[in-house]
Amino acid sequence: MKKFILAVAATFVLGCAEPVPFEETFRAALESAQPGDVIEIPEGTFAFDRSLIMNTDGVTIRGQGMDKSVLSFKNQLAGAEGLSVSASDFTIEDLAIEDAIGDALKVNEGNNIVIRRIRTEWTNGPDVSNGAYGIYPVQTTNVLIEDNVAIAASDAGIYVGQSEQIIVRGNRAEYNVAGIEVENSIGADVYNNTAVANTGGILVFNMPGIPKRGYGTRVFDNDVNDNNTANFAAPGTAVSGVPAGSGIMVNSNDQVEIFNNRISGNNTANILISSYFSANYAGQREVAAEFDPYPEMIYIYNNDMTNAGTAPGIDYLVAVRDAVFGPDGAFPDIIWDGVIDPNKPADREVICVDNGESLLLNIDAINEFANPSLDMTSYQCSVEKLSPIELPAG
Amino acid sequence: MNSPAHDAPFQHAISRSIKTCGALFFSALLAACGPTEVTFHTADHYPERLSDWGLVSLDGQQLTVSDQALVYELNTALFSDYALKLRTLYLPEGTRADFDATSTFTLPVGSIISKTFIYPKNQTGALLTSSDWNGDPSAIQTNAFELMETRLMVKQASGWDALPYVWKGDDAYLSLTGTIRPMTLVDGKALNYLVPSKNQCASCHATNHTTGELLPIGLKARHLDRSTKVYNKNQLDHWAERGWLTQVSGEHTPNAVWGDTEQTLDHRARSYLDINCGHCHNAQGAADTSGLLLDYEDHPTSALGRCKPPIAAGRGSGGHLYSIVPGQAEDSILSFRLATNDPGMMMPELGRSLVHQEGLEIINQWINSMEGQCL
Repeated sequence: MKKFILAVAATFVLGCAEPVPFEETFRAALESAQPGDVIEIPEGTFAFDRSLIMNTDGVTIRGQGMDKSVLSFKNQLAGAEGLSVSASDFTIEDLAIEDAIGDALKVNEGNNIVIRRIRTEWTNGPDVSNGAYGIYPVQTTNVLIEDNVAIAASDAGIYVGQSEQIIVRGNRAEYNVAGIEVENSIGADVYNNTAVANTGGILVFNMPGIPKRGYGTRVFDNDVNDNNTANFAAPGTAVSGVPAGSGIMVNSNDQVEIFNNRISGNNTANILISSYFSANYAGQREVAAEFDPYPEMIYIYNNDMTNAGTAPGIDYLVAVRDAVFGPDGAFPDIIWDGVIDPNKPADREVICVDNGESLLLNIDAINEFANPSLDMTSYQCSVEKLSPIELPAG
Repeated sequence: MNSPAHDAPFQHAISRSIKTCGALFFSALLAACGPTEVTFHTADHYPERLSDWGLVSLDGQQLTVSDQALVYELNTALFSDYALKLRTLYLPEGTRADFDATSTFTLPVGSIISKTFIYPKNQTGALLTSSDWNGDPSAIQTNAFELMETRLMVKQASGWDALPYVWKGDDAYLSLTGTIRPMTLVDGKALNYLVPSKNQCASCHATNHTTGELLPIGLKARHLDRSTKVYNKNQLDHWAERGWLTQVSGEHTPNAVWGDTEQTLDHRARSYLDINCGHCHNAQGAADTSGLLLDYEDHPTSALGRCKPPIAAGRGSGGHLYSIVPGQAEDSILSFRLATNDPGMMMPELGRSLVHQEGLEIINQWINSMEGQCL
């Protein structure tokens, strides 16, 4: 593996009157990168006022640790991302991207992407003026996102969009609106993550107007606790309708398996299942003909869930809670808007629950919440389990 | 293993820094004296100095263009913080470009396109946002115009390369990492003038984001089909006459000049969006992730943004629900993103730091003229 070290060595080799700042040599290395390059970042905090761009396949960018090598965009003047990558066979690890004016790390198209042990953070804490996404691979295939930390993004800390064959594991997402989000993607394993103090912990969504319809996500072995931060997303965005206090949320997505998670203290509900019609964009939006707004084949089992639903984060849900459980009551672990595709085949399951004593409240949104129900009969079913995601080695 | 070929980029980056240091000492001594004929350079020998291409250079105060090149213009051009642009096209002797009715023309290996960004200035040296420049390079003298940068696109056998050259003194110097310059225009507008880095060129010029191939954007029939004051003839006919273009054929409609009130509002707005947005917002472009398609194709109105929710705009949505709300530009994300200059929210993402108030006005009129409602 060819090494390409850009540390203090650069300043000695040059013999110029002034040493070249690392920011310039780093940018030059990204601009002139060749396949196989390993671009190293030394310890230190490095300040950038323009976005960084890398378009070469087969490159690794490596720092000395997410608390040691910091790329700071606090005074960004131009460019919508911190680091924007359009390349395959890309690895980035052991560094931090702070205070990008837009998204911190965007990887736009590319196969075989590894993002590990990086931290994306807005250091002022949750704020609507923070960039939208921390870690943002979109239209990628074979993507591994592991052991990262994502803090205070105004949309999603870790957001995988329109991608296929995805593993999101071992990450920590806190104080984002959405901690971890998989959207319009096919084949994702989201496991061993910690999602705490977000508005919503882990989201699996589909949006209309996108060619790729997402399905096939396993969410398991995660710790999803106390996601009660007030929603600070820009109004009108997909996540602006996520009620504070949402643990794991599925919207308009199919074949989602939620199992073996530890989910607690989420003040709206530990698990929410909804159709596009409940996505709460201040009035219903048109649904394009080719979009499937109904979640189906959702399988919830063996989760350890406690302490949910004591303070729903959105007015209409407070009203439902009050009506069904009284103002001092709580939602059960799981709530569902109850909207079913009228053309659904009879043998296609909507939601199956095998979770001990956990209850599911159908809030009956389609009938203006007229008949909420805790009847668990229709959830006594099972869904064929999804296969684990296997990413090609190397 | 440390083969020279691999070390080359590192040495290149270092040698660039040395040359930057060296230029401080030597630039005062050397005059710009490049070749008198256009000289095509291969990818491993890109010259530091723009003058070494023999294409665009300064002769004293006078900007000169080789007579082996033609100057050209577009019907509506990308807004670049009110900078004016001198565009030139050079084709090697005996070669020609392939006309295409809808897509970028295919040019032969050895072709060079240049675009020199200039600001007219007044007697006190203040930079102006408008002038009556008719596009003729003979008017470009350094006492009347500030030279900012010259961007080259050069066609190698392996495809197009993009090279940013920044003007300093009597020549322009290759700057692969680009640069950013805070500046103020005569009316007090403060801007951060961005010279793109080589990779940033691809942000716009890789119009098919999947293949990543760099392509010229302006060399399309609909942008070029116009007469210019420089030559007093239609550009496409002129190029065909000169033997630089295969037969002009196939149906195409020229884009509008965006300020031409004789054209319909729809044609002007679509033409404006085509050149300012369509390089990313097309079905294969970098912004196909958004589902918003703004190039001048026959898109369904929902893809054009009518009642379309944002996908990943983040705070770029400005708190609005739809890209275009018919009749209500003030509630439309499209208008919002053109009206802001916050880099985290603005559109285009790269290429401007000011708001193009005049262009925004056309888009707002267009949206406000639409009928119907979103749900």
